[in-house]
Amino acid sequence: MLEIKCPYCGKRSQNEFSYGGDANIKRPKLGDEVSTKDWDDFVYFRDNPRGKHSEFWHHVSGCRQWFKASRDTATHEIFKTARLDEDL
Amino acid sequence: MTATYRTNSEDNFINKNKVINFTFNGKSYKGYEGDTLASALIANGVHLVGRSFKYHRPRGFLGVGVEEPNAMVQLHEGHKSEPNIIATEVELVEGLKAKSQNCWPSVKFDIGEINDLLKSFFPAGFYYKTFMWPKSFWMLIYEPFIRKAAGMGVAPTKPDPDRYEHNYEHCDVLVVGSGPSGLASALAAANNGAKVILAEDKAHFGGSLLTDNVTVGNKTGKEWAEETISHLKNLPNVIVKNRSQVFGYYDHNMTVMFERVSDHIENPSEYTPRQRLHYIRAGEVVVSTGSIERPLSFGNNDRPGIFLSSAANEYMKIYGTLVGKKPIIFTNNDTAYKTAIEFKKNNINPVILDTRDSSSGDLVKEAESLGLDIKFNYGVANVKGRLKISSATIGKLSSDKESFTELQEIDCDCICMSGGWTPTVHLSSQAGNKLKFDEKIDAFIPNTKRQKETAIGAANGSFTLSQSLAEGFQVGFDLSNSITSNNKKTPLPTSNEPSYEDHDKFWCMPLPQNQKPKRFIDFQNDVAVSDVELAVREGFRSIEHVKRYTTLGMAGDQGKTSNLNGLQHVSNIQKKIVPEVGHTTFRPPYTPVTIGTIVGREVGNHFQPSRKTPTHNWHVENNVVFTNAGLWLRPRYYPRGNETMQEAVNRESLNVRQNVGICDVTSLGKIDIKGPDASELLNRVYTNAWKKLPVGKARYGVMLREDGMVFDDGTTTRLSENHFHMTTTTAQAANVLSHLEFYLQVVWPELNVNVLSTTEEWSGAAIAGPKSRDLMKKIFPLVDFSTEKFPFMGVVETEVLGIHAKIYRISFSGELAYEVNVESNHGLYMWNKIIEVGKEFGIQPYGTEALATLRIEMGHVSGPELDGRAVPYDIGLQGMVSQKKDFIGKRSLQKEAFIQPDRQTLVGIIPIDKKTKIPEGSHLVENDKAALPNPKLGHVSSSCWSVEYNNPFSIAVLKDGKNKIGEKLFAVYPLKNISIPVEVVSSHYVDPNGERVRV
Repeated sequence: MLEIKCPYCGKRSQNEFSYGGDANIKRPKLGDEVSTKDWDDFVYFRDNPRGKHSEFWHHVSGCRQWFKASRDTATHEIFKTARLDEDL
Repeated sequence: MTATYRTNSEDNFINKNKVINFTFNGKSYKGYEGDTLASALIANGVHLVGRSFKYHRPRGFLGVGVEEPNAMVQLHEGHKSEPNIIATEVELVEGLKAKSQNCWPSVKFDIGEINDLLKSFFPAGFYYKTFMWPKSFWMLIYEPFIRKAAGMGVAPTKPDPDRYEHNYEHCDVLVVGSGPSGLASALAAANNGAKVILAEDKAHFGGSLLTDNVTVGNKTGKEWAEETISHLKNLPNVIVKNRSQVFGYYDHNMTVMFERVSDHIENPSEYTPRQRLHYIRAGEVVVSTGSIERPLSFGNNDRPGIFLSSAANEYMKIYGTLVGKKPIIFTNNDTAYKTAIEFKKNNINPVILDTRDSSSGDLVKEAESLGLDIKFNYGVANVKGRLKISSATIGKLSSDKESFTELQEIDCDCICMSGGWTPTVHLSSQAGNKLKFDEKIDAFIPNTKRQKETAIGAANGSFTLSQSLAEGFQVGFDLSNSITSNNKKTPLPTSNEPSYEDHDKFWCMPLPQNQKPKRFIDFQNDVAVSDVELAVREGFRSIEHVKRYTTLGMAGDQGKTSNLNGLQHVSNIQKKIVPEVGHTTFRPPYTPVTIGTIVGREVGNHFQPSRKTPTHNWHVENNVVFTNAGLWLRPRYYPRGNETMQEAVNRESLNVRQNVGICDVTSLGKIDIKGPDASELLNRVYTNAWKKLPVGKARYGVMLREDGMVFDDGTTTRLSENHFHMTTTTAQAANVLSHLEFYLQVVWPELNVNVLSTTEEWSGAAIAGPKSRDLMKKIFPLVDFSTEKFPFMGVVETEVLGIHAKIYRISFSGELAYEVNVESNHGLYMWNKIIEVGKEFGIQPYGTEALATLRIEMGHVSGPELDGRAVPYDIGLQGMVSQKKDFIGKRSLQKEAFIQPDRQTLVGIIPIDKKTKIPEGSHLVENDKAALPNPKLGHVSSSCWSVEYNNPFSIAVLKDGKNKIGEKLFAVYPLKNISIPVEVVSSHYVDPNGERVRV
C-alpha cells in the first residue's frame, strides 16, 4: 500500500485515494471542432511508461481534492505531489 | 507415557512443574509448559510425523522453527481444524489434538508410499510429460487425479469460529527479529528517542543468544537478552511483540505482521482474537532476521531422525529435549560443534563427521579437549531405518570428494547436519533490495536497497556476535538519529565468543558405489539431487525454470532450507558461478498466514459497511426482505403471510397502479450544487439544456462519459437561480460526485460552483399511484396540489407540524407520484405519518422489485440498461441529446458505429405463450437451432411480470430494434438450455403516451 502525500492534508495511506489517470491529458475545449484522431487520442490512447509518470489522484476519503503526483510506475516511488495550480 | 528424551538440565524454557496433555494421531502424550508440539513429540520419542508430498515417504522433523519443511500436521478437529501447520511453530496447550496428514490408512503404513517404490517413474516434470495427451483425457482422467493427489491436509468445511483482528501502527524504526543484532539496534534506536517496534516470531526473545555460549558485557548472552528486553518493555516509545512474524514488505515501507495472540493460551477470553494482523508503516525497517542452517545432501537424508544441527542444539537448550541418544554430528563447518558439545554436556558422546581436513576453530578445539570422536574428511553416504534411522553408512571421502573409500556402518538414532548458513534475506528482497552473492559465506546478502530498509547481523551475512552487535548499535543509532536528532548514543558492550574457521564449500555427498538412494534437496516437495540434474540435462537453464520444472522451493516452506542448495547444484552442473545463475524471487508471505488473519473482522455482515435509511427499523417491523444496493440495504419486498416473492411483488405493484404505494428512496444519490456557474456546469455534464430551467422545476437529465456511453441519469431541480439539487442513481452516487469534482477542479477550474453530497441529509419517500394526490393533500394542507399550481416536474417547499419538507412531483413508476424529502432525523416520523394517513387510500409499502416492475412496464431505463455499454440512442434516450450545445462525451456520439442506421435500440419483448418469464441476460436470436456461433441480435436487460396485462414482459436492447417491432425471435439462455419464442413490441408497454404522470 502506497503512502501518498496529499498537498492539502499530508501523508495518508493509499486506501484514502483513488487514481485518476494521466495528468498530461488535456481535454479539448468545449465547442471546438476536434478531428476524430485528436478525439480518439484524448478518449482512448494513453502512454504506459515504465518509470516517471504524471498522474491525477483524488483524495476521495479525505478532503476530496484532485491533485497531481509524479510516480515511478516500476518502483512506485512518488517523487512529488502538487496542487493542480502548481508544477510537478 | 513418560518422556524419555529429556535432558536433566534446568537451564531451559521448559516448566517441568506444569504437565500438558495432548494427543497425536489419537494417542495421548504428556509435554510440559514451554514445549512446542515438535519438542513434546520428540521428547516422547515420536519422530514419524507425516508423509511427503510426492513419494509419501515417512518424514519427521528437520528444524525447530519456521524453516521446518517436513513436520506438517492437521491441528484441532471439526470447524477449528487447520491443515498444514508446522509442528515446530505450535506451542503446546492442554488438550491439543494433532494428526498426521497425507497418509492413508495411517502414518506408519501409507498406501501412497507405493509412489516411493515407483519413484524412478516419477522424475522431475513427470506431470508435464505424462498428462500431455490425449487431449480428451485431461478433463475426465488427469485433472481429477491431480486434484486428488494435490495438497497435504484437509480444509475444514464449516466457517472458522475464531475471531481475528486488524491493527494499524506507525513507528520510526521497525526491528524484525530479536537476535543480538536486532536487540542491539532496537536498544540503540529506543534510547535515542525513536518510536520502535521490535517483532520476534518465537515465544522468547534473544535468538542465538539463547543457545550460544557467549557473553555480552559481563553477562551471558541469555542474561543480556532478558535484561535488554525488560528495559525495552519499560520504555514508553517501544512496542515489543513476540509470537509475531513480519511476513510481507510492501511499497513505501508498509510491512505486514501477524501475531499469534491466543493460540498458546488454554482458555482465552471470548473477546481475545486468535490472531492479529498488524499493518506497520515504518520510517525505517531493520531486517535482523538472522540465518537458517542448510542441510547436507546424502543418501536418504530425509529419514526421520535427521535434523539440522542447530535445531538439535535448540531442542536441548530451549526445550530440554534430546533428538536422540546416539547422535552423529555431520558438518562442513564449525557451528555444528556447538551441538556436539551440548550433547557431551548431557553425557552423550556423539560421533563427529567433518568433511574438512581440519579446523582450528575454538569449538573444534573444545570438542577435541572433551575427547569427542572427530572424523575429518568423512561423510555420510546413506542411512538405514525407514520410519526412524537406525544406522548410517559413513565413509572417508576421496581427495577429490567424488567418491567414498572405506565405507562402514555405524549405529545411530539421529544425525545432526550442518551445511553452512543462509542469511534470511526474504524481507530485504521483497523490499526491492538487489542481492549480491557473498563468496565467503556461499550465500546471497542484501546489497542495493530500494526502500528504507537495512539488513544487519546474520541476515546481512555477519555471522559473528561482535559484528552483529556492532552493526546493531551503529544502525540503530544512525537510523533513529536521522529521525530524532537526539544524538544519544548507547555504548557498545564488549562481547566474547568462540572463533570460527571457514566452512567447506562441499555439501552434496557422492553416492555410495552401486547404490542410488535419493539425496534430497527440497524435503517438502520431494526434489532430489537427481531431479535438478535431470532438469538441467533436459535443457532448463534459468533458475526460475528449473524451480518450476522440479518444484524446488515451491512448497509451503518456500524453500527456506533448499533454495540455496538447489541453485548451487545448478551452478555446479552448469559450471557457472552462483551469481550468474541468480536466485529465484522472494515473495510474501514469508511464512504461511491463516486466511482468517488476512480477512480479519471483515466477514459476514461486516464484509462491508451497511448503510441503513432512517426508516430501516420500520421496514424490519413490517416483514421486509432487504436487498443490497451498493452498500445500502433497500427494501426488496414485504411478503404477507405465505406469499411468494412474485405474489408479494404483484400485489405491491398492482396497488401502486390502482391505489397508492410508498417506497423508500433515501438511497438515491443527492448532490447539492451551488454557485453562479451552476447552470453552466449542468449544461456541460448533462446531454440536455439546463440554462432555462425555471426556479421550482425539475428536469430529467442524462450524463455521458467522454466515450459517449451513458454514465448516469436522474432528476435535477432548480431551487433558486444558483442552487440546484441533483439526484443520481443509488449505484453511481459516489462516482457522479467524483466526476463533477474532476471537471470542476481539473478541467474547468474557471467555473465558480461548489458541489456537496447531501444523500444522507435527506430521507426520501416516493408516494405513487392514482390516489397519491388525495393523500398528499391530507398530509400537506398548505400546498395546492392542482396540476396548474403543482405540475409534473414541479417542486414545492412546505412545512408540516414544524417539519420542513421538499416535495418533488416526479415519477419513476409512471403513475401520478410525489417524492417527499425531509431532514433525515424526521424521516421515520414522516414515513409513519404518511402510512397512517394513507390507510384510508389503501397505501402499501413497495420495494425495489415492485419498483422495477413498474418502471419496466413503462419502458423506463435503469441500472441494467445503463451498463456502461450504451450510447443514448441504444436505450431510447436520443431525445435527451441536445444538438445545440456541447457537453461531456458529445464528440464521441459521432463515431461511425454509433450512427449506423441499424444501431441497437430499446424494445419490449413478450413471450408468445404469454406465460414463460424470460431470464434477464438472455440473448435474442433469429433461429434458436442455428449452428454456432449463432449471431446475437441483442439481449434482454430487464424482466418483470406485467401486472397491467398479467403476462411476462421484458425490455431488451436489440439491433435495428426500431424496425423489428412485431417480429418473432427467440430468447435463448444456453447455460440453462432455455429457448423462448418471443415477440418484439414497443418498450412503452403501459401508458405509452405518458398521460398518467400528468393528470
